[in-house]
Amino acid sequence: MGARVVGTCGAGGWRRARWRAGRASWAPYHCRMLRNALGKAFRFLGYTVQYGCIAHCAFEYLGGIVVCSGPSMEPTIQNSDIVFSESLSRHFYCIRKGDIVIVKSPNDPKSNICKRVIGLEGDKVCTSNPSDFLKSHSYVPKGHVWLEGDNLRNSTDSRCYGPVPYGLIRGRICLKCRTQLGLYENVEHAAAHFNCYSLNFCLLYTP
Amino acid sequence: MAQAQGLGRRYIKAFFKGFFVAVPVTVTFLDRVACVARVEGASMQVFLEISFVYQEIKRCLFTDNSKPSLNPGGREASDVVLLNHWSIRNYDVQRGDIVSLVSPRNPEQKIIKRVIALEGDIIKTIGYKKKYVKVPHGHIWVEGDHHGHSFDSNAFGPVSLGLLHARATHILWPPQRWQKLQPMLPPERKPLHREQE
Repeated sequence: MGARVVGTCGAGGWRRARWRAGRASWAPYHCRMLRNALGKAFRFLGYTVQYGCIAHCAFEYLGGIVVCSGPSMEPTIQNSDIVFSESLSRHFYCIRKGDIVIVKSPNDPKSNICKRVIGLEGDKVCTSNPSDFLKSHSYVPKGHVWLEGDNLRNSTDSRCYGPVPYGLIRGRICLKCRTQLGLYENVEHAAAHFNCYSLNFCLLYTP
Repeated sequence: MAQAQGLGRRYIKAFFKGFFVAVPVTVTFLDRVACVARVEGASMQVFLEISFVYQEIKRCLFTDNSKPSLNPGGREASDVVLLNHWSIRNYDVQRGDIVSLVSPRNPEQKIIKRVIALEGDIIKTIGYKKKYVKVPHGHIWVEGDHHGHSFDSNAFGPVSLGLLHARATHILWPPQRWQKLQPMLPPERKPLHREQE
């Protein structure tokens, strides 16, 4: 029984080896190498395109990670904070008053700004500065929102450039990443210091 | 029996693999490169009539009111145009381009108009609250070709460049109107003063 199995495998293997050698003998070595390299390159390109498209769909229709810079949303969002934004609210048109949104800047379409929605269309908003004696009010036009930063003294927002069209809103911020920095010292190795970052997430308060 | 099950499982795996490749690539292509749309309305009636072909997915409606440049046939014969997203990825438009943008009054709707003035230009308006307007930084002035029947910047003022959606480059249907759309600024709508060339 055992000898018969070995015999069959041995004969089949010899035939396969002869077939492979026959096939390989007519194609020069460098041609085969080039074909292999091209095949690998095309496969790599294909995977890159596929994952790039999946990433685009995820950022466009689901959400992504954003790094905020600037003092205009303190104390809610500090400079260089990492936040998560989701795009579903924008596509289903359910941005509410009080949401923090990422918006394309009205004066520079290549940059984004991060502010809080103070008024939706039809709402009455105060357009004057807090320091003014006489307050002026106006109504937010149809299809627009009124944005203001939380740090009113240090924020250029709708009080400066007027109501912003809804079509410029990119996403709504839902989570903020809270970073804690701790410094540890290893006593045994005298000169070794290492920092430890612990990340935890907190839900951003939206009234 | 086991072979049929294995074949079925292989078929399902192949289907899902193809699905997860085809759908993101197609969606990215339609969002970033080009798409096709049918024009509706009379504001660009001389030139284009466009309305979105995948309306049910994107829930956007093109209303285009232009001079006889689009949709000369009226309601019966709507023009179908090719919208090119890739050419405006850096927001560089010329005066006279036909562009589609998100309507400032209704974010669910897309409108198609012609770019009349860029940032820094001073133009004379038709029916706007101010007779002469200097287009602010980062904004453009758009108008439909059919001035009486057009909801354009003469109604809602200069629009931010961030609302730009795509540039209409070719008319694809009907076949007798196959043409490449050239940027053409009507001579009576030239800006009074140009900031940039």
